[in-house]
Amino acid sequence: MKKKLVFALLALFCLAGVAQAQETLKLLTWKGYAPQNLVDKFEKETGIKVEVTYSNNEEMIAKLRATRGAGFDLAQPSQDRIASVQEQFGIYQPIDYTKIQSDLFIPSMLEAVKKNTQVGGKSYAVPFCWGTSGLVVNTAQAGGTTSWKALIDPQYKGRISYRLKRPVLIGLGFALGYDPFALYGDEKAYGEMLDKIEAELIKAKPLVKNYWANGDQLLESVRSGEVTVAEGWDNGGWKLHEENKDIDFVAPSEGALGWIDTFAIPAKAKNVDAAYKWINFMLRPENSGAFTSAEKIPTASKGAGPFIDPAFQANFDRSFPQAVIDNIKWYPPVPAKLEAMEGKVLDRIKAAN
Amino acid sequence: MQYDLVISRLVKEFGTFRAVDDVSFEVPKGSFFSILGPSGCGKTTLLRMIAGFEEQTSGRIEISGQDMRGVTPNRRPVNLVFQHLALFPMMNVAENIAFGLRRRKVPAAEIRRRTEEMLERVGLPGYGAKRIHQLSGGQKQRVAIARCLVLDPKLLLLDEPLGALDLKLREQMKVELKKLQAKVGTTFIYITHDQSEALVMSDTVAVMNRGRFEQVGSPQELYMDPQTPFVAGFVGDNNRWEGTVEEVEGETVLIRTDEALVFRARRKADAHKGPATLFLRPEAMVIDPVGTDGLNTFPAVVKAILFDGANSRLLTVTPSGHELLAALPQNRAFDHIRPGAEITLGWHPHSGIVFARREERP
Amino acid sequence: MNRSGLFWLFLTPVLLWLFLLIVLPHVDLFILSFRTDEGWSLENYANFFTEPIYWLTFVRTAVYSIITTLLTLVVSLPVAFYITKLSRPRVRGFLMILLLLPFWVSELVRVYGWMILLRESGVLNYLFLQLGLLERPVEMLYNDATMIMGLVYTSMLFMVVPLVSVMESLDDSLVEAAYDLGASKICIWRTIIIPHCKPGITSGAIVVFMLVLGNYLTPNLMGGKNSLWFTEQIYNQFIASFNWNQGAAFGFLLLALSSCIVWVGLKLTGQKLGEVAS
Repeated sequence: MKKKLVFALLALFCLAGVAQAQETLKLLTWKGYAPQNLVDKFEKETGIKVEVTYSNNEEMIAKLRATRGAGFDLAQPSQDRIASVQEQFGIYQPIDYTKIQSDLFIPSMLEAVKKNTQVGGKSYAVPFCWGTSGLVVNTAQAGGTTSWKALIDPQYKGRISYRLKRPVLIGLGFALGYDPFALYGDEKAYGEMLDKIEAELIKAKPLVKNYWANGDQLLESVRSGEVTVAEGWDNGGWKLHEENKDIDFVAPSEGALGWIDTFAIPAKAKNVDAAYKWINFMLRPENSGAFTSAEKIPTASKGAGPFIDPAFQANFDRSFPQAVIDNIKWYPPVPAKLEAMEGKVLDRIKAAN
Repeated sequence: MQYDLVISRLVKEFGTFRAVDDVSFEVPKGSFFSILGPSGCGKTTLLRMIAGFEEQTSGRIEISGQDMRGVTPNRRPVNLVFQHLALFPMMNVAENIAFGLRRRKVPAAEIRRRTEEMLERVGLPGYGAKRIHQLSGGQKQRVAIARCLVLDPKLLLLDEPLGALDLKLREQMKVELKKLQAKVGTTFIYITHDQSEALVMSDTVAVMNRGRFEQVGSPQELYMDPQTPFVAGFVGDNNRWEGTVEEVEGETVLIRTDEALVFRARRKADAHKGPATLFLRPEAMVIDPVGTDGLNTFPAVVKAILFDGANSRLLTVTPSGHELLAALPQNRAFDHIRPGAEITLGWHPHSGIVFARREERP
Repeated sequence: MNRSGLFWLFLTPVLLWLFLLIVLPHVDLFILSFRTDEGWSLENYANFFTEPIYWLTFVRTAVYSIITTLLTLVVSLPVAFYITKLSRPRVRGFLMILLLLPFWVSELVRVYGWMILLRESGVLNYLFLQLGLLERPVEMLYNDATMIMGLVYTSMLFMVVPLVSVMESLDDSLVEAAYDLGASKICIWRTIIIPHCKPGITSGAIVVFMLVLGNYLTPNLMGGKNSLWFTEQIYNQFIASFNWNQGAAFGFLLLALSSCIVWVGLKLTGQKLGEVAS
């Protein structure tokens, strides 16, 4: 009797194992980066099942750090958050660029990412898409706003919102006349700049309506007219622009903050082949074009132009004339120590009365 | 005479149901007044109206001359001893007794003095610090009463407080309560379904049935001279015959029972020719009477001897199968009677009472 | 295999589960909390006391949790009393379901519900404007009062349920007896009902206090600009600052300090944990 029970249990485990045997790709990414129609298409083409987990930079790193790089086959961190994390925790594996169809990428972007994610002579990521942080403005109420300083401007009292995270610190740094990225190497100077920014943000705290916690919350606040000046992503501004022409993304005169989200393969990924397949699949012009049209996020795919919705192109051209593009401040890899300093500053701002 | 409680034309309706139906009575100061009735007769509702937990539909309740309408229970000069006593388990004995005094903001020293005095009076000196669960049933009883009496209420209402006790203790408490009432002189209103409790303790008993008072009187009156068939049947044991009145001669009637026995018996006011009910107490029957002059007699067979000391009875059965109880005096004169014996039973016409048979209300 | 062998066979998975998934991670975190980049140190714990922002955040969180617990109690007592003593049995089941209903959706959805109601362009403002009660919309979100209301709402069930179960054992005649002996309604609550419900109040209060102290979503979303909650602090240490050592230390400090508060609370009200648990 007991033997039978043991066998039954064993059989059950085996079955469970078989059920697991279908090839899967475990993808750790941002919301919107794996649209359902593309997932379906990929599964049909390759027979590989895609399991998607949504996250953000900080949580992605924490998750992979907790498992020392296991549990996922592919992650999509921002390029500036890879090198130092890799140095400290070793959660990624080097990219085998021979498995990447490099002709699919915009060459300069691929090179930049390679360079920025280099640790010990090896690179750890390829680009997927890019975008900027800047201002989302309701021009009917706050026309002519072009500076990060709008976030501490008393004339928008009670109508200001931003996410209490890195971008607002960096943006304000530029607005106050610093070049934060140039100070990355100089901890002390960086600290002094942060102190200045902290003081400004605490002083201007009464002007703030709320610190938004996720993109939807931001969109809702601006859409309803509760907020007229906000720090936000370009694609969010464009989404709102479709509903209300008064609302638009504004690249600050100090320069929008440019980010590139990438593909990086966790150190203990189980299905590396599927990961490369997904990367090459997503960068194919027609797929990248569909992604960009839907999410309004520019792609790193070279030939996607013909597949992109003209409405998106119009948004892009409106917000990004060539001069503005040239002025984008691209995030360089951030040293680990600085993030801890920033964390404390952010805590103090939040706790300040 | 002074009355502590005057009730007039009191009615309580729950929906279409009349729990208390036009009841009026007075309770003299310092008396022990019982309301006796079967469960569901409305006596608890009546008591709760006096205490203030229910509001009457109509009628008037006066306590010491004051109309109680709209007066909440915590402001009425009456206190209630609950059926299950409702002692506060989170407090000790002294705190229970002091509860009401404390609500009246009596100074602490006086509370202590009066509490101790009260404990002494109910025979529990030095019990103040005990927890409630440490007390026996009888002791809890006394604390519950003490808790009320310490407030010097005009009326003490008691809702079958002896119900939960075992028989022996109940007998003892009956006497104790009676003595206590005599000692403190507070007016007691006691409700019970146990006729023996009511008869033993009360100065006056009201028999209640279906929301109405059937009869109010001293225990002796109720026992000896019931005014309604319900009282005759409910107060004390009674044998009962159905029959027909054939002749009415002043205070006496001639009744032919359904089993064709013919008896003379005392007539109650409303009895006349026609269907009637005859009640006869077991102790009114004489076994094998020596002289039968002026007695009603009939033959019966002994079915069983119900020995119960001074309260022993014979269970007998008439030839047509009607079961009757007869008192069996324990004076050794009837030691020869065994089950199966054929005997003659006789009784004086004055002991049996005849009521006109009424269709019972549904 | 004898009986005790079988017993161990079945118990082993449970023990393994407990050990691998609960004990081991905690031990790991505990060790982490005593480490810094330089090696073993108490620095992570010292940081809590030397950096005012950390302990002030904890004090704030604890004080607000206590306030929330008391408010929850004040709101729940009449609710539980109504459910157990005043409502008819059939209505009672319905009321309990009404209380449970919000808990069938996630806390996030509940909080968003409140946000839709209370925001400046929200349902309540719209109603008040239409009724002419307000001239211009007011922001009802993002302040401490709203946050506490949200926390009370989220915690109420955990107070009402233990209260309902203790109140069910309260003999109605005790309440009537107190009333009969001259007590006013408030006095009855103070002297009879609350002392009777003490075990339920204590267990409910502990649960609510711990839940509120450990809450993250509600203070974060409904609270204002200043509403830094201690759990957020821990989250920030782990996620934003990558400082797991500090985060682990904060986690254990939260555990220790909240246990202290519960212990003090029990002492102040003269209760014992064993009595409450039984």
